[in-house]
Amino acid sequence: MKLAAFILMSVLASPAAHAVEYTTVLPKQSRVDFEFRQMGVPVKGGFKRFTTQMAFDPAKPEAARATIEIDLASIDAGSREADDESAGKLWFNRSLYPKATFVSSEVRALGANRFELRGTLTLKGKSRDLNIPVSYTPGKNASTFDGSFVLKRLDFGIGEGMWADVATVANEVQVKFRIAATGK
Amino acid sequence: MTAANRYSTTAIALHWLVALLIFATFPLGLYMVDLPLSPDKLKLYSYHKWIGVSVFLLVAIRLGWRLTHTPPPLPNDIAAWQRRASSVAHGLLYLLMVAIPVSGWLMSSAKGFQTVWFGVLPLPDLVEKNRELGDLLATAHQVLNYSLAALVTLHVAAALKHHFVERRPFLQRMGLGRKERT
Repeated sequence: MKLAAFILMSVLASPAAHAVEYTTVLPKQSRVDFEFRQMGVPVKGGFKRFTTQMAFDPAKPEAARATIEIDLASIDAGSREADDESAGKLWFNRSLYPKATFVSSEVRALGANRFELRGTLTLKGKSRDLNIPVSYTPGKNASTFDGSFVLKRLDFGIGEGMWADVATVANEVQVKFRIAATGK
Repeated sequence: MTAANRYSTTAIALHWLVALLIFATFPLGLYMVDLPLSPDKLKLYSYHKWIGVSVFLLVAIRLGWRLTHTPPPLPNDIAAWQRRASSVAHGLLYLLMVAIPVSGWLMSSAKGFQTVWFGVLPLPDLVEKNRELGDLLATAHQVLNYSLAALVTLHVAAALKHHFVERRPFLQRMGLGRKERT
């Protein structure tokens, strides 16, 4: 009877023992990448510098929050020429809008370590709501959160004027991120 | 001029088609590299690559044709050194017509822009994206192209000299002018 009670308690206690609130992001193991089509050809890019703040307990997703701030000057847009071009007024207008920010509003559990992250992305002075599926992979040292979504660049005025022609540079930009974090 | 003094119609057609494409894409390449980045520049780069891939494929067909068909012999009184020079020059022309598109293809891969023929058929990236390699291949592409320009100048000058200075029906060999002997 005592043994049974002990086992029962262990079983009940185990989720709590595994419950971790992830708060410390590991920048070196985290990445924000994107891919877009230029003349029908896929081009890869990414951002080297971004800061993430998060508090996430897989057992209490409704209490989770996350903000990501991306330094647009750290872009790799596929080539030096494109990196330079992206700073200009037609693209990010970086002197006026140096950062992109995402602020979460709601996290919902979808089951099987998958979550839906809702929030607002602000880029070049324009804000749009996003709904991003995120998968959570628990790890021994750090756990990872992988998400991807399609950003329509023209929603944010990214690539105006002559660049608004989506036959040359596609409107859809596939954004992928991986946030590695530890918690306690 | 007998049929034996003229290249086959297939060889002639391939020769002029490749010549036309090279004469289009060479100046296009020179023009586009110094343009500031714009959608037009991206388009021109794509067109340049599409033409380059086309040249490569046509030259592959030409090589196959050349290796299975005997070209018309040169007139008997052409000096031996000129025969050797002609043979070396033609070998080099073929070599460059293969090496130039290949160097462009590899450069595209090294620079991180895959070549997709007519925006439809992707060519595999044989090398990884690598800035230094991309710059090196760009230089190689340029040097090979200037070599080709020099060789084509020689090729055209030699043909014109045989035809107009030596007054041989030389251009007829490649389908220009009347077929019959003068």
